[in-house]
Amino acid sequence: MEDYIIEMENIRKEFPGVVANDDVTLRVRRGEIHALLGENGAGKSTLMSVLFGLYRPDLGVIKKNGEVVNISNPNDANDLGIGMVHQHFKLVEVFTVLENIILGAEPTKYGFLTMAETRKKVLDLSEKFNLRVDIDAKIEDISVGMQQRVEILKMLYRENEILIFDEPTAVLTPQEIDELMKIMKELIKEGKSILFISHKLNEIMSVCDRVSVLRKGKYIGTVNVADTNTDALSEMMVGRKVETIKVTPKQIKGQSILKVENLIVPSKLHKNNAVNNVSFEVKAGEILCIAGIEGNGQSELVYGITGLEKTTSGTITLNDTDITGMSIRERNLTGMSHIPEDRHKFGLVLDFNLADNLMLKKYFQKGYHSYGFINKDRVLKHSKELIKKFDIRSGRGSYTTTRSMSGGNQQKAIIAREIDCESELLIAVQPTRGLDVGAIENIHRMLVEQRDNNKAVLLVSLELEEVFDISDRILVMYNGEFVAELNPRKTTPQEIGLYMVGSKRQPQFVKGGE
Amino acid sequence: MMAKSRKELSEGTLNIISSIISILGGLLIGFLILILLEITKSESTISTPFTVMRNFLTYPLQDSGKFIKVFYNAAPLILCGLAVGFAFKAGLFNIGATGQYTLGAFFALVAAILWQFPWWAAMLVGMVVGAFWGFIPGFFKAVFNINEVITTIMLNWAALNLANLLLYNMPKLRIIPPYNRVDKLIARNPSALLPDLGLKELLGTDFFNIGIIIAIVLAVVMFIVLNKTTFGYEVKACGFNKNASTYAGIKAKRTIIMTMVISGALAGIAGGVSFLAGTIQFNIESNLLAMGFNGIPVALLANSHPLGIIASGLFIGYMQVGGQAFEGVYSSEMTNVILSVIIYFSAFALIVSQVIKNIQKKNRLKRGESDEDGSESVSVPETDDSESEDSPEGANAKTMEVSK
Repeated sequence: MEDYIIEMENIRKEFPGVVANDDVTLRVRRGEIHALLGENGAGKSTLMSVLFGLYRPDLGVIKKNGEVVNISNPNDANDLGIGMVHQHFKLVEVFTVLENIILGAEPTKYGFLTMAETRKKVLDLSEKFNLRVDIDAKIEDISVGMQQRVEILKMLYRENEILIFDEPTAVLTPQEIDELMKIMKELIKEGKSILFISHKLNEIMSVCDRVSVLRKGKYIGTVNVADTNTDALSEMMVGRKVETIKVTPKQIKGQSILKVENLIVPSKLHKNNAVNNVSFEVKAGEILCIAGIEGNGQSELVYGITGLEKTTSGTITLNDTDITGMSIRERNLTGMSHIPEDRHKFGLVLDFNLADNLMLKKYFQKGYHSYGFINKDRVLKHSKELIKKFDIRSGRGSYTTTRSMSGGNQQKAIIAREIDCESELLIAVQPTRGLDVGAIENIHRMLVEQRDNNKAVLLVSLELEEVFDISDRILVMYNGEFVAELNPRKTTPQEIGLYMVGSKRQPQFVKGGE
Repeated sequence: MMAKSRKELSEGTLNIISSIISILGGLLIGFLILILLEITKSESTISTPFTVMRNFLTYPLQDSGKFIKVFYNAAPLILCGLAVGFAFKAGLFNIGATGQYTLGAFFALVAAILWQFPWWAAMLVGMVVGAFWGFIPGFFKAVFNINEVITTIMLNWAALNLANLLLYNMPKLRIIPPYNRVDKLIARNPSALLPDLGLKELLGTDFFNIGIIIAIVLAVVMFIVLNKTTFGYEVKACGFNKNASTYAGIKAKRTIIMTMVISGALAGIAGGVSFLAGTIQFNIESNLLAMGFNGIPVALLANSHPLGIIASGLFIGYMQVGGQAFEGVYSSEMTNVILSVIIYFSAFALIVSQVIKNIQKKNRLKRGESDEDGSESVSVPETDDSESEDSPEGANAKTMEVSK
């Protein structure tokens, strides 16, 4: 018999209108890195939440070391030695690294904290696993990569032996990803078992031993990584062959659609400007990509251009119209579409149904209402057209509550709505964040289609793969300023990485060097 | 019976059923309290709680006068419920309905008595004043992002004391003794009384007027505004997700202010409907009027649905009239306790609907299991599961399979 540390057998979990896990079986061997692969909405997160005690399964059993266990909350999971690094870190920003690590398992004597021993224990762990952290720094002051190491230390401090990593590489730079991979291998050597949730096939190929694939809530199979390749895996995951969209970069001398000059956007977090005196142009028929590590002013730049945040100075010109002082709606009507970074916060009214969301930027226009009364037939017709054209899948079509839809389809709905506006400029911020290969392929195809229709596309992305696949021109942003303009054909991810962390800067972007 | 238990309830039916269950639950708890009260008495008779409860439930049906009073009570309740519920839809918690109600009522009376306005014009004055009193917190919320709960609570007291102050300094409002209250409308300006369509005498009660009609019409209007107009769409969008509304170019600030203005206007009309009935007189008051607050449970009970608010307003109106049956048996405080308990438990509708949903899910799972045991088939896709089994055809098809 195989030595399994965790077995989840015939798990079924149902949400209203959706079967998130349907008879899923997952077996993790002791001391392996086991990947859980699946498209967004395939049920990976649900399955992990069941294992971590956040959800109770409707059917099925969980076994640890061959014995059935009952996990009804995260504390149970912790007692069984199961720890999880969530995609969005669960850290207290104003606490120090050490305080965060002990949070929830504070060592006390007579009700007083005993920090000295703990400090030593954490330092030892950090040394042993080569997890470099600044133990007394506050979380808000340290990099995302270090925050992740804090999360890992948290699990180690609790002496967890089964470590779940939920899409850990989504927020890291190429250099940080390499380091994480090393750490994971180190952990295995020390006898830990790792469950690695991802949809990045090359990462799975490079560190994992076995991989289990889920598709639409169903268990597809488990294979040895050594016996497979990325094409086979992506076919298992999506259910069909997937092709990567790649564009040949063009050097466009077309008409300028968006022109930003000396733009300054103040920061809400600190006194410095989030966007500091930035100028650039997006031309018709090109995809301009702004690359950079999260939090270097990309979001604020987009907020400034789209009108969601006030700018301090600078001018923004769209289609030869100065839109600097315009309202959001006026900007949209001048020819701007915006696929926002946070689709739940900005992109959708989750409690509206699909039809209502698809008319969010149309409802006030002619034909969609008469004298203030919404023309329901027109709205439904519009919604049906978009659903068909963009293949938005949902339980009840136009009447589906958007909250119940999968992330990929929610994003498709937003993209459908924005492209449908037929604006000259399409701003897409992280349009494929958290999506799977199939959905990414779709979205990339749509963006490229816009470019080929001679629209201007401004893409903000943290994923270098995406940057290289579909951009015509790359601007690297660091600390609120541009530090390099690159041709995707003539550069490498490593080179961009150096610009992203600010250790290199092209001469034309050096201050006062003009 | 089988088919019925298998049927998946629609969201609307589910809401209505759970409201009814929680109302029944509330009545049961109220009844238990009555029994407790009886047991603690020195000489208790076991039949008393039964008699009292029966009286309570049937009291409004005893004669047409009492029955009419249900509608009389319900009219301002519905309007206050609409005021609170409409603000809810925009994500705003208008605790200030009572202040808007008070000033609406007072100025409607000022218009009726001092300016000799006809009823509809007096009502309009009340509406405008209520709207203004709603505008203030709306403005502060939209422009300075000051929490509307705080501003509306403070403005409630401002409203009450403003009305008191004005009443004290407006002797022309009270020239008939006793001088501590606004004079009766019938004596000063009968044309300002809400029309009764000539039914008052026919029904033999002073409590009949068109207030209930106004309330129902406005409920229907609010329903249409919320569900059929672009403005209602904007209000709901702001209520569900202010960021997404801003992103879509909706002027969230304007929508917030407009919502509070409309909410205040509805509460102002409620004030007019209460006091232009001519059955009560406006006093110098030391406590906030309960009516505006009663709008909150009315709205909650109906999940802020304008048409549901008609029903919940009538229900609470009925309870209030029924509560008179306790008088003489229990102190008025006890009456209030029992009424509050009933209303309080009635508001558990949301929990009840969740419980029903869970039960349905479990049943479905059980069926899924037994299906698999029988035929070894792969489980039916989700859509089939809910649709085919819904319909009688689906059930028939199943039995046919079995008979084969």
